[in-house]
Amino acid sequence: MKLITAVVKPHRLDEIKEALQAFGVHGLTVTEASGYGRQRGHTEVYRGAEYTVDLVPKIRIEVLAEDDDAEQLIDVIVKAARTGKIGDGKVWSLPVETAVRVRTGERGPDAL
Amino acid sequence: MASAAITLAAEAPKLSSANTGFMLICSALVLLMTPGLAFFYGGMVRVKSTLNMLMMSFISIGIVTILWVLYGFSLAFGSSNGFIGYDSHWLGMSDVGLTDLWPGYTIPIFVFMVFQMMFAVITPALISGAIADRVKFSAWSLFVALWLTVVYVPVAHWVWGADGWAFKLGVIDFAGGTAVHINAGAGALGVILVIGRRVGFKRDPMRPHSLPLVMLGAGLLWFGWFGFNAGSWLGNDDGVGALMFVNTQVATAAAMLAWLAYEKIRHGAFTTLGAASGAVAGLVAITPSGGAVSPLGAIAVGAIAGVGCAAAVGLKYKFNIDDSLDVVGVHMVGGILGSLLIGFFATGKGQSTATGVFYGDHSFTQLWKQFAGVGAVLGYSLVASAVLAFLIDKTIGMRVTEDEEVSGIDQAEHAETAYDFSGAGGGLSGGTLTAATETKKVDA
Repeated sequence: MKLITAVVKPHRLDEIKEALQAFGVHGLTVTEASGYGRQRGHTEVYRGAEYTVDLVPKIRIEVLAEDDDAEQLIDVIVKAARTGKIGDGKVWSLPVETAVRVRTGERGPDAL
Repeated sequence: MASAAITLAAEAPKLSSANTGFMLICSALVLLMTPGLAFFYGGMVRVKSTLNMLMMSFISIGIVTILWVLYGFSLAFGSSNGFIGYDSHWLGMSDVGLTDLWPGYTIPIFVFMVFQMMFAVITPALISGAIADRVKFSAWSLFVALWLTVVYVPVAHWVWGADGWAFKLGVIDFAGGTAVHINAGAGALGVILVIGRRVGFKRDPMRPHSLPLVMLGAGLLWFGWFGFNAGSWLGNDDGVGALMFVNTQVATAAAMLAWLAYEKIRHGAFTTLGAASGAVAGLVAITPSGGAVSPLGAIAVGAIAGVGCAAAVGLKYKFNIDDSLDVVGVHMVGGILGSLLIGFFATGKGQSTATGVFYGDHSFTQLWKQFAGVGAVLGYSLVASAVLAFLIDKTIGMRVTEDEEVSGIDQAEHAETAYDFSGAGGGLSGGTLTAATETKKVDA
């Protein structure tokens, strides 16, 4: 199994969710995140005082996938997340040792 | 306030139900300004000191109300040698007849007393914005009581008391440009020179945590300010109160537009905080001047105050003085501009026949009088407030510890936090209800 993590622009979430559902993914976890890459931050002004805000709001999506599906699933996410502008984010995957469905106790790929 | 007594020839004024009702409503409007101020300031601080900021205003309502009834009104508005008044009948307000009229006017003494009480409530509260995040609540409460007694009461007497020296000299201050705004702004400067800067000033970003709260507060201030300004004529029999009402609206609109234009040119954006700040700057500047100028004059006063205050708020970084929410930059500077501009824009057709440089015989007489009033209030409040802060600092201490300041004064001083950010409705804080039934003192 693989854990696929995507850190992307918040407004792409719906597109990605729909693409994943169409692909057959039944569940995912989303958290609000902040960070920066090459995009860097922006400037805000309060009564003339300028603040540089380095960390930009992002969404972190985590999906578990079977090994055979992982690369294809990554492609689906990347395609749905891409706007072509700087700051689109990153997607990566890691090997997962085990997964358990809490309600039934099923383990491994059956738990996905 | 009030030079023309409403009298018919040789006839003593009678109680007017209309004026009395109007003034009671105005008193409630002025009270509303203090919660409005609390939100205006409260939205501008960081999350961790929101409640402390709100509470510094609310405690002023409690303390000043009681002291005003006990002795404040007597000392501010009793007869005198010109510097501080006294009237034994007004101590505690228990020896005053229900229909005893305020001398020369058509409203009862009780009504005038409670209207003035609301002014005394908001003036110390204005100072709190300069000292955000860092002052012990006990020290602030003591400061409010002492400042009311030593600074506000005498200054109000100079400016508004029938025997006050500034009033007799002919200094025009319709609703409190000197007695309220310069007084509070200069007082704030005195206090922050004593207690110093916040931890991380000029290093950490100290962004407003909620601009919607700031806008809400500015809106409440604007609304309540009609009572503050139009009510200060104490009646409606000659139309001056209505002129003040109109000028209040006009100058505030002009100042908001001027501030926004200034910052669009200087900083590239029309900011929400700029709109709210510009409105307050305009309200401050028209407070002393609105009874003396025409609506066109009010546009000028508002526009000058909007640009002047927008330029002034940046100076704290240059001088390295942590006037946290710009009380000096908005209230002192706005109050000075409004008070001095009377010397240029007074038409002689409003509250009095005194004219400014641009009207009548183009004399500078009124301008010099305005300078005298501004200088005296500014100097006295600055020094007396600094001395009070120094004395409190040397006895019970003004500031919370650095640890408490950094981790948040709300938790340290009030044993509360303003917002519950956990998605699970509080379930994620990891705590349990420890002592709902027994009395237990928290470590705060």
